[in-house]
Amino acid sequence: MPTVYVNDQPVEIGTAKLNCVQAAERAGVFIPHYCWHEALSVVASCRMCLVEVGELKDGKVTMQPKVVPGCQTPVKDGTVIVTGEYDKRDPSLPPLPYDPNYTKIPLGERAKKAQADTLEALLLNHPLDCPVCDKAGECKLQDFSYKYGRSESRMIDAKNTPPNKPHISSTITLFTDRCIMCTRCVRFTREISGTAELQVVGRGHHEEIDIFPGRPLENKLAGNVVDLCPVGALGSKDFLYKQRVWYLQTTEGVCNRCSTGCSTYVDSNKDIVYRLRARTNLQAQGYFICDEGRYGYHHANAAERFVRPVVKTDGRFQPLPWNRLLPQLKQEWAAATQTNPRGVVAVLSPFLTVEEAYLLGTYFKSLSPDVRLLLGPVPVIGEDDKYPKNTRGEPVEPVKFIIRAEKAPNRIGVAEVLKALQGDVIPLAAIRDEPLSAMWFAGGYPDPAHVDALIPTPWQPPALLVAHDILPTMVSAAAKYILPATTGFEKDGTFVNHAGYAQTFSRAVRPPVEVRSELQLAFDLLGRSGLVQPPAIRQELAAAIPYFAALAASATPSNPQIPNKSPNTRSLL
Amino acid sequence: MEKLTHGATMPIPESEVTWVEEAKLGLWEQLYVPALVAGLKTTLSHMFKPKITEQYPEQEPKLPANYRGVHRLNRDEAGRVKCVACYMCATACPAHCIDIVAAPAPPEWQKDGREKYPETFVIDELRCIYCGMCEEACPVDAIELTTLYDLTGLSREQMIFDKEKLLSVFDVTTQAGTDPIRTRSGPLGPASEPPPM
Repeated sequence: MPTVYVNDQPVEIGTAKLNCVQAAERAGVFIPHYCWHEALSVVASCRMCLVEVGELKDGKVTMQPKVVPGCQTPVKDGTVIVTGEYDKRDPSLPPLPYDPNYTKIPLGERAKKAQADTLEALLLNHPLDCPVCDKAGECKLQDFSYKYGRSESRMIDAKNTPPNKPHISSTITLFTDRCIMCTRCVRFTREISGTAELQVVGRGHHEEIDIFPGRPLENKLAGNVVDLCPVGALGSKDFLYKQRVWYLQTTEGVCNRCSTGCSTYVDSNKDIVYRLRARTNLQAQGYFICDEGRYGYHHANAAERFVRPVVKTDGRFQPLPWNRLLPQLKQEWAAATQTNPRGVVAVLSPFLTVEEAYLLGTYFKSLSPDVRLLLGPVPVIGEDDKYPKNTRGEPVEPVKFIIRAEKAPNRIGVAEVLKALQGDVIPLAAIRDEPLSAMWFAGGYPDPAHVDALIPTPWQPPALLVAHDILPTMVSAAAKYILPATTGFEKDGTFVNHAGYAQTFSRAVRPPVEVRSELQLAFDLLGRSGLVQPPAIRQELAAAIPYFAALAASATPSNPQIPNKSPNTRSLL
Repeated sequence: MEKLTHGATMPIPESEVTWVEEAKLGLWEQLYVPALVAGLKTTLSHMFKPKITEQYPEQEPKLPANYRGVHRLNRDEAGRVKCVACYMCATACPAHCIDIVAAPAPPEWQKDGREKYPETFVIDELRCIYCGMCEEACPVDAIELTTLYDLTGLSREQMIFDKEKLLSVFDVTTQAGTDPIRTRSGPLGPASEPPPM
């Protein structure tokens, strides 16, 4: 088995093709880096990952005389890596047979000094404007300076102060003076989005990131350059100066804007979502998310959102407290079911989690098996948008990112629940010509335009229409009851993406006070008592429907702070 | 003494209690008049002694320059609020009494390198504990605690100071020559100075 030695610790790498940074990570040693990113090509331009490298051969370690960039140096059997943290290694490990001539300078000192010097160079022109910089608190330059750098600058000359470039994009601004020229953003636009809007202009001290005149950074993946930027140079205009990052609470979420179901981080403070970021999950989407998803949280904070249940009396919507509304609603609904069960339908939208669809579906079926469950409108817009693209905007192989045309996160999951509860999946459009006496529209659509576009016309609203949604739509306008729904950030649940990959996520923020979660509502309707515990419902679902059996093993999402790991995900196909 | 078991409450045994009788008053003590006269003597004697306490409110106290009273928001040379809305004070504040809403600075400010400024800056003076952590945290010496101590208001709302009011405290204290110790100590910290050219 090929073995690499990181600070004397042997690591077996198997057949993996790794560089020093990755090999060290397997040994639990962090090598700081700015320019290197797993999904991008290697340029070794930031020089932060400098390490000492050698080879163990014939019982002797031959070290290279100079430090080398770890990101650009592949490891093989017998590679010896000595990082700047060699003095913090496990002292119980036996030291390798290093050449005594090499160890005249203590091991790790060369790398440590190289990293400190690199930081000093990176900070030569970096402004000291951390107080006004949005990145402060999650800035790699701050973190590494603190850990590996020196506390003061020896620079006596004036710093370069190139002007800011807010014009590079409608969604992104560039604070040119903060840039450390890692070129991650440039490589992203060339390699992942393929649109290549960004470039480096100038040389040496005058290098700057810039766009071609008149060709701003406008592509559907552009927001990722903000995540990629290790310093505060690229800022999202959507988030600019909204919050300091240390106030934000990070929860692992799942994007609900298309059927890819990208893994995200939901950053919130005091029950307001402020930012979504990509969470690396190679099984779902990879390393990035699209702008549609990234900026697709504003519906949760929208002013026109339904925040309390209302009932239409005398042609006007009047608020009614839940404790009076629920008995009335249950009675009317049961009456409608008794009179004509075939005229009663419940629409379960593909924005519901599988747990919600299961419990609500169970309730409607419990009233009468003749009540039909329908799959809510599934918005499909255009075709799958594949990246990278070439200059003519055509997708290029290999495809690295797909924004799917199906703009709903859980069509497969809800369809499977419907199959299990009634045998087949009936789309809403199939019953367009039938006269209905009652309809329950469990929506949760973040974009009301999708609902309005997909409701079969001419729309004949039934006498008893319950609209359960987030924002006003054609359905809610014709409804008798409007129940407020929760957004994807305000609930626990599971989505099944286009490939049958199930992802469980937990609640990031609490819904507005008078909003009841769908699961709680289902509990109330079913007459169940006790605390609503999504994991327990998930277990129940896994036991009831064989398709979801794999979910039984997933507990609550554990520590939401763990980055890059999704232990609660199972492939269902 | 009986051994007490853990958690049990036992009454004190009578054998351990010593009852003390109140001293019996004689006729002289029962009159109370002598005690009354003795008290009046002390009171009257103070009326003729020199006054040693501060005669507030006729006489205003002279406070040290590092007294921690009402906050002020400093202005820069151009009269704009000096605060850069970094939230350091709000983060440091143990009473959570500072509320800031940041925004990109107006375009004319940006020429001077001002990128961010506080759109609103509110301190709840009732909630504040006047610990001075905010001025210590401020990287641009924009917030300071002044020697104004007699802060009163007719309602809670009056005691919630917004940006304009905090700036007016700056104007008042600067005109009165009662700048806080930091401003009086000469040039401010290096972070508040423009970068060397």
